[in-house]
Amino acid sequence: MGLRNIIVTMKVVPKIEELEFDPETKTIRRGAAGNEINPADKNALELALRIKDRYGGRVVVVSMGPPFWEPYLKLAIAMGADDAILVSDRALAGSDTLPTTLTLSKAIEKIGDYDIILCGEESSDGGTGQVPSGIAEWLGIPHVTFISDVMDVTDDNKAMVKRTIKGGHEIVEVTLPFLAAVELGCNTPRFPDFRRKRWAEREFQLTVWSAADLGLSPEEVGLKGSATTVVDLEEVKPPTRLKKKYTGSAEELADKLAELLKSIM
Amino acid sequence: MGEWRGIWVFIEQDDGVIEESSLEVLSRARELADMRGEEVTAVLLGESVSEEAAKLGRHGAHKVILVEDPILKYYTSDPYSKIMARLIEERKPDSLILSATRNGRDLAGRLAVKFRTGLIAHVVSLDYDDEGLLMGKVPGFGGNIMAVVKCVKGRPQMATVTPGIFDVKEFKGEAEIEKVDSGLDPEQVKTKVVDREIKELIDISKSEKVVIAGMGTGGRMELVNQLAELIGADIGVTRPLADMGLAPRDIQVGSTGVILKGSLAIVLGASGAPHFVSGIKDMGTVISINKDPEAPIYEYSDHYFVGDIFEILPLLLKKLKEG
Repeated sequence: MGLRNIIVTMKVVPKIEELEFDPETKTIRRGAAGNEINPADKNALELALRIKDRYGGRVVVVSMGPPFWEPYLKLAIAMGADDAILVSDRALAGSDTLPTTLTLSKAIEKIGDYDIILCGEESSDGGTGQVPSGIAEWLGIPHVTFISDVMDVTDDNKAMVKRTIKGGHEIVEVTLPFLAAVELGCNTPRFPDFRRKRWAEREFQLTVWSAADLGLSPEEVGLKGSATTVVDLEEVKPPTRLKKKYTGSAEELADKLAELLKSIM
Repeated sequence: MGEWRGIWVFIEQDDGVIEESSLEVLSRARELADMRGEEVTAVLLGESVSEEAAKLGRHGAHKVILVEDPILKYYTSDPYSKIMARLIEERKPDSLILSATRNGRDLAGRLAVKFRTGLIAHVVSLDYDDEGLLMGKVPGFGGNIMAVVKCVKGRPQMATVTPGIFDVKEFKGEAEIEKVDSGLDPEQVKTKVVDREIKELIDISKSEKVVIAGMGTGGRMELVNQLAELIGADIGVTRPLADMGLAPRDIQVGSTGVILKGSLAIVLGASGAPHFVSGIKDMGTVISINKDPEAPIYEYSDHYFVGDIFEILPLLLKKLKEG
């Protein structure tokens, strides 16, 4: 038995430590920040490639974002994905979870013929992990979140997945086709093969779909299709702290700290 | 939207034990309901949880909808989301609020799409505006900024609440309990828990004193553990240590982990990334040790010791033991 398509959703995120907030204009200055594949999505891709190695199938990466994400999708190809699709359309800008999950589910349906869909558990740029289960609902398939591994896929169309829970983990039996959200850091994503990377950069043809290609009307997506709205942005001011600095030898510092702890406890 | 009425709170349980943060959400929901002249309904799904259901009135529920079935002993997405969807369709609550635990987030994402409705995720405040729209503050971009988000479309309006934000409160009165059939056909259930392994975990969102290990510790926890034990503190970690699998995410401090509320944080070798410092901003006193005299964590510290934790800690432990 070989698996059918294993689809991985992927997002490109700014490196958060490089972002700046402008309190005057209440906007985020993304300009200075570098970008990367959302780290949890890389773990999802690695898991997809491992599943393919064991059970067969074709790994397809799908992403919804601007054209400049192309090199990151090619990086996924270099890591070993068989195909990559970018859904890109100005109409999608400003989408909250509802139109985002709708768009990704339409793209997944268009790719079709899938057994497993893997998402990163959440995106590092303010993600809240609501996208994976939302996609599963649009597709009408079961889902399991916060998984660290797919232990087995059996001939009776079921899989055993390892899910992280409070204080430990559990094994969940889930019926195929299913969607799973993959935990950040659960595996070590492979480095791209050098030759494959060169091939991906020079020859791989990325498929790009518009909203219309997915049969989506402008009313369903973007700000219009969203069910939440951001009414204000506030800067979080750091709390007032004493900011007393202590320097000296380790002996002196340990003395000071011991004294301090005794005085406040 | 006239027929959609009342605030529902999803009460999470695991093997009969109620999740504390569900009670925090329930208490806040009751305060909001009192302001609006609405009723709060707690929805509890589990195997055999009647006794637990009876306690929910004390924490704010006017009514409890109780669904009992062996399949519901542990949370799994398929049966839980199907039952919740059916109840919402039949009874039409105006709002549904959940704790932003793993299971709460898992369920919320699915239900929000099912009802094509707005979901404000991981809020740190929760209110209604003058038009009755649910409104929450969501920390963004690592906690540097706060987005004020409203539900503008669909019912029920939904939100997930960061655990530890609200206090569990006591209210007078008993809740009216209504038992509802699960209607589940075990053959049709598509997600089942077949095995599990858990250890007892300390909920550090309630800890008075916490020693937090950052990357500067290199994940070597011996000295951290000793210090914590000596001063009666619990242990937390920064995100990179959890990402590397050196500690469970349940003790990760910060905007995507636990928000601490106690009296003392001792921060060891953490640089002070924005998503981390939002987890210690409510701590009474913050003491940091860091090699770097200018690390960002300085701005968030009351007492900042510039030095090597591996040199200072052994000496400190010795002094504390001597008394």
